Amino acid sequence: MIINAENLDYKALNDLIRSSSEDIQITNCCGHRFIAAGMENKSVTINGIPGNALGAYLNGGSITVNSNAQDAVGDTMNNGSIVIHGNAGDAVGYAMRGGEIFIKGNAGYRAGIHMKQYKDKVPVMVIGGYAGSFLGEYQAGGLIIVLGINIGSKKILGNFPCTGMHGGAVFVRSSCDGIKLPGQVTVSPASDEDMSLIEKHIVKYCGLFGCDADEILKEKFTVIRPDSKNPYKQMYVAN
Amino acid sequence: MKKEGQVRIPSGCAIAAVISRKGNKMSGELITNAMKPMHDRSNGLGGGFAGYGIYPEYKDFYAFHIFFNSRATRKDCEQLLKESFEIVQAEIIPTRKIPAITDEPLIWRYFVSPFKSVLKSLQIDEKELVARTVMMINTSVNGAYVFSSGKNMGTFKAVGFPEDVGVFYKLEKYEGYSWTAHGRYPTNTPGWWGGCHPFTLLDYSIVHNGEISSYDANRRAIEMFGYKCSLQTDTEVITYIMDYLIRRQNLTYKEAASIIAAPFWSTISSKDEKEKQLLTYLRTMFSDFLITGPFSIVLGFNGGLMALNDRLKLRSMVVGEKDDKVFIASEEAAIRTMEPDAENIYAPSGGEPVIVKVEEDI
Repeated sequence: MIINAENLDYKALNDLIRSSSEDIQITNCCGHRFIAAGMENKSVTINGIPGNALGAYLNGGSITVNSNAQDAVGDTMNNGSIVIHGNAGDAVGYAMRGGEIFIKGNAGYRAGIHMKQYKDKVPVMVIGGYAGSFLGEYQAGGLIIVLGINIGSKKILGNFPCTGMHGGAVFVRSSCDGIKLPGQVTVSPASDEDMSLIEKHIVKYCGLFGCDADEILKEKFTVIRPDSKNPYKQMYVAN
Repeated sequence: MKKEGQVRIPSGCAIAAVISRKGNKMSGELITNAMKPMHDRSNGLGGGFAGYGIYPEYKDFYAFHIFFNSRATRKDCEQLLKESFEIVQAEIIPTRKIPAITDEPLIWRYFVSPFKSVLKSLQIDEKELVARTVMMINTSVNGAYVFSSGKNMGTFKAVGFPEDVGVFYKLEKYEGYSWTAHGRYPTNTPGWWGGCHPFTLLDYSIVHNGEISSYDANRRAIEMFGYKCSLQTDTEVITYIMDYLIRRQNLTYKEAASIIAAPFWSTISSKDEKEKQLLTYLRTMFSDFLITGPFSIVLGFNGGLMALNDRLKLRSMVVGEKDDKVFIASEEAAIRTMEPDAENIYAPSGGEPVIVKVEEDI
């Protein structure tokens, strides 16, 4: 089913999405908020620019964006997948607790802030380009993978990555030289065992956006994890 | 009418701007439409616009836009203006009656020129006289509020949604090379006509999305230099700080940005020696003007504009361009509304100013 969003407000658009039993193509999307919020079982493809909180509380199904996305994509999503063929705004994957987000390009500030995991629920976010400051702030679980593809002279991570991190892992396709990390995390070159955790996600990224997984995997990755020996020590202050 | 500070409304906002680097004129309809997809960022308690290059036939005169509560207030205020300025033109600003905008005050504009004799006796330049006059009217003439005072530019603001405010003021009839816009969702204070954005002094105008945690420290500091924050609205203080740093201290826009959104000491320590020295000097010398808390702002001025996020980037702001035009907005959707084929869309980092100037003198 094709929905032309041109003369619809976000509420009318979301009502149509909810009431449809078919997969959906949205055209002329322009800033409509909360698209597919709480959706469980459909596939939604968006042409145009979706508004904030795209796929908030997503609980299954898939969302594909054929352009950039704005802020707070996948806020508190629990399941399903979001694929963005462009860049994402700030706070993508905010408090994400399951499912996967693939961003072809860059992510804004605070990507993966407060991601978490529980038993088999392990959220995954792959950022193809660079990530803005405060990546993985307060991260409590899940996997964040930053690939740094085609970023030119931009730094792969902004300032203050992993501030307050106390769970999960951040993989960065870089040696991370010159990147300041807080005291409560451990930084090490990714081992073969580490890489086995992320390989399939990188292969999927490459399948979605058309690039060579072997090339990507050839480079050295760094893995950042909380220092689990004393996770609460010096989270923000020396104590 | 209850003023700012007498009522508390718990709270967001939308900003947008467009400028032609070549100084090509655009009607106010473009920026009005840009606010439509961001409708839900505002709550109908304020909208406003600033247009630059809109008064070419009066470009040598200061354009005062003033709200009056009553006819008597207008007479008093005009009397006061006439003591220091020659009024070459006085008129009601044309508006449309529309259901979405109600309870409007009297809205007038004056094109004025300062008396040389007054400047001479006060030993100040004409911009200083204009600034002092604005402060004086806004603090001492009860029921009068100067909401625009620059040359060849003008601010238009009202209580309502921004897209309605643009229709109310007939912005499609104005042609400017640069426009800024604001949709208000008041934090802490009520929506009233004077409290809407942009906040202006001379040709400096500010539209702001955010809430300044350092407001009172900034206010106390700027009031030492003769500015009066009469509205308890945080954005007002940014306008006066920018006027102080740029007009009175002769700093560059970039330097002013490094003061109000100063980098963290840890970030400064990673810079090369020369930059480290400059940033340290600015942070030390003007520490009272560091603005903390979330903000994304656009500062409009004659011949250009500057967009800036707080150093932690707690508010969204994206920039795009197409041919001679540069677009700035809280959301990409607004940019796409102005120019569906906008290119090089990116989000500047926190504290990284985007300064765009018109190539030729306007």
